[in-house]
Amino acid sequence: MFSNHKYIAFETIVIREIRRFGRIWLQTLVPPAITIGLYFVIFGNLVGRRIGEMGGFQYMEFIVPGLIMMSVIQNSYSNVVSSFFSHKFQHSIEELLVSPVPNYIILSGFIVGGMARGLAVGTIVTLMSLFFADLEIQNLFITITVVLLTSIVFALAGFINALFANTFDDISIIPTFVLTPLIYLGGVFYSVELLPPFWKFVSGLNPIFYMVNTFRYGILGTSDVNIVWAFFILCVFIVILFTSCLLLLRKGTGLRS
Amino acid sequence: MTIAISIQNLAKTYANGFEALKGISLEVEQGDFFALLGPNGAGKSTTIGVISTLVNKTSGSVEVFGKNVDTHVYETKLDFGVVPQEVNFSQFEKVRDIVMTQAGYYGLPRKLAAERCEKYLRKLGLWEKRDERSRSLSGGMKRRLMIARALVHEPRLLILDEPTAGVDIELRRSMWEFLTEINNSGTTIILTTHYLEEAEQLCRNIAIIDEGRIVENTSMRKLLNELDSQVYILETTSQIPPDLDLKLEKASLEIIDEHCMEVTVSGGLSVNEVFAVFSEVGIKIDSMRNKTNRLEQLFLSKLEGND
Repeated sequence: MFSNHKYIAFETIVIREIRRFGRIWLQTLVPPAITIGLYFVIFGNLVGRRIGEMGGFQYMEFIVPGLIMMSVIQNSYSNVVSSFFSHKFQHSIEELLVSPVPNYIILSGFIVGGMARGLAVGTIVTLMSLFFADLEIQNLFITITVVLLTSIVFALAGFINALFANTFDDISIIPTFVLTPLIYLGGVFYSVELLPPFWKFVSGLNPIFYMVNTFRYGILGTSDVNIVWAFFILCVFIVILFTSCLLLLRKGTGLRS
Repeated sequence: MTIAISIQNLAKTYANGFEALKGISLEVEQGDFFALLGPNGAGKSTTIGVISTLVNKTSGSVEVFGKNVDTHVYETKLDFGVVPQEVNFSQFEKVRDIVMTQAGYYGLPRKLAAERCEKYLRKLGLWEKRDERSRSLSGGMKRRLMIARALVHEPRLLILDEPTAGVDIELRRSMWEFLTEINNSGTTIILTTHYLEEAEQLCRNIAIIDEGRIVENTSMRKLLNELDSQVYILETTSQIPPDLDLKLEKASLEIIDEHCMEVTVSGGLSVNEVFAVFSEVGIKIDSMRNKTNRLEQLFLSKLEGND
């Protein structure tokens, strides 16, 4: 397949993915915006006023980066897992598998589709946060880079989940029982400085903790983690997950009998 | 003559131990209209699955226009289009988007894709439905949409897995005409079907597959020539004498009721000779029809031979 053909195929997958979540915007874009809006009102505004400062910032300012990151993580993941599994469920994935599109293009197309939704919701949430807090981005490069890399990591994770999923239950188990606890324990709502040493150590094993704190560093200029170490972890995750996805696609796991 | 597809010793054993293919070999020439016949579970869809890379083979090889599908993945995939047995497009997408997306997968630039999309949707009578969601289409329309989708990159080889299953007779006939037109324009077609009449009408060559083995692989003409007898159902206006004897060596008779009988005429004997006997004994024939489809008769005998 020539490179311009590959690009057309890649573009086709990305457009199809964006068209899909755009078509069902009431299910894909509005609910996360409402949920995060409620977090802003309840935790940031009502409860936050009584909490006072966290990590040297007003509680609302502290949680805004975490909530933006939470929406990016959840939506990047859920877009890929639900879209790819739907293609499997309806057998429309066969259109792609029979076509000459290389596996890495298929994977990249779905990843960019997931990133598009993650970033779209992230942007909506960021705009909403401006009604509640005055955000002044301290390091634009770090802010954008970490959000892009995090989106890639969770889009890849969603892809693996979709490959192994056989039922609709299978695509909700990981987000419910793994992803949500990791996000909530990843320093979205609190600084790990508040935790006893053991739980502080446990938090260090949670990759989302590094992503949230690096994003917070980009916006607020403060972080509980080493930024270089956080970027290294993100890159390692991307390499491992991308390679795993390609190997699974090559083997035909969950796709070919 | 160029070989469109060459399958050598293809075997497939599924994870549950079921041997769907037990080392089949067959070749289809370029330009052929080839039928792959077999009962349910014979291995037809598995064969197509292996060719289209949806099923991982256990052993053997498949070449499309001289190129191995394992080593020349992209070139071979560009050369064929597949129309699966089950509907496999998104039910929520519009008809035009489904075909345009497929064109995109094959790297067709947008302008060319739009032209091809219109061309094939018009040919298959779906252009008026182009902006409708695919789930609103009838069963026959969905099948035609899958054919339009498979043709949008204009493959040299078109593989159809029971394309007319569940389609009414009128629509089936129009699909036959369309497929014949496509074949006449140079596209090689491989067709699996349960409708033996379909294979007899359309295909020049045929392979019969049963229990994962090819039990016959020949031309349709040769296969039909193997038939040395035909069975007719005759209805009479006069009563058939219960002791009626044709006294013909190559014909036998079975009385079904007093106005209906079944006559088996073997090769070499003219039907006129049988009718002459009826005239002699004063039996008037009201109507006559073939008891079974000729190919069906052969097909069943081949399967029996494989047991």
